[in-house]
Amino acid sequence: MTAATNILFFFFAFATLLCGFLVITSRNPVTSAMFLVLTIVSMAGLFVQLQAFFLAAVQILVYAGAVMVLFLFVIMMLDLKEEERRKIRLVGAAIGTLAVGSIGFIFVKSLASARHGFSPETPTLVGSTPALGKLLFTNYLLPFEILSVLLLVAMVGVILLSKKDLK
Amino acid sequence: MSPIGLEHFLAVSGLLFFTGLLGVIVRRNILIMYMSLELMLNAANLALVAFSRFNNNLNGQVMVFFIITVAAAEVSVGLALIVALHRKRQSAHVEDLATLKL
Repeated sequence: MTAATNILFFFFAFATLLCGFLVITSRNPVTSAMFLVLTIVSMAGLFVQLQAFFLAAVQILVYAGAVMVLFLFVIMMLDLKEEERRKIRLVGAAIGTLAVGSIGFIFVKSLASARHGFSPETPTLVGSTPALGKLLFTNYLLPFEILSVLLLVAMVGVILLSKKDLK
Repeated sequence: MSPIGLEHFLAVSGLLFFTGLLGVIVRRNILIMYMSLELMLNAANLALVAFSRFNNNLNGQVMVFFIITVAAAEVSVGLALIVALHRKRQSAHVEDLATLKL
């Protein structure tokens, strides 16, 4: 890989992590949602770097488009105010950070031990959309069709759940 | 500068996952917890795409495609549940939703 792609990788990785961090730290839910959009878009940049062009497009269309509009609509409907400064329970925060830290420690250790198992040279796979589509409609045809039923079920469920008098 | 390898992508994915996990544990607003869940799902997607690329295997990308679709369905159902809850309780904080607590 050339130096330019390296710089692009670090740019997108940094943007992803920074915006992800801002999602969980900002007090206003709308700001959080906006930073989540930025996270998803920069992650699509990482997908492009991994030669997964179709998935990058789907990521932007489905996540940054549909899902985030849904989030913003719900924030609007609930009329959420900016969160007042609640007292953060120190015990909970400490235990949470401890849990995340310990899992992170295991992760770093396993990553360091696996470092020599993978070849760092540039791979040959290009995630071309025709190949992906062929795979989707041959090997994965049944899951694909089941997925459409799942979407239908989710749609019916959501319509039922949002009825005024929920029984 | 060393070339970008699998471990770089895995490190980004892992860090993003821990950010999401921390958000779910620390935040009390149910919508922001839900967004943190999305972060964790996205981190898993990134790891899958990276593995798929560095193992020369397209199956991982098909998996990510399925995950994105299921996540869209899951988000719509979850948000409908949150709206229904908010209608009953007028609150979006998990501390106020403790009916199941002993």
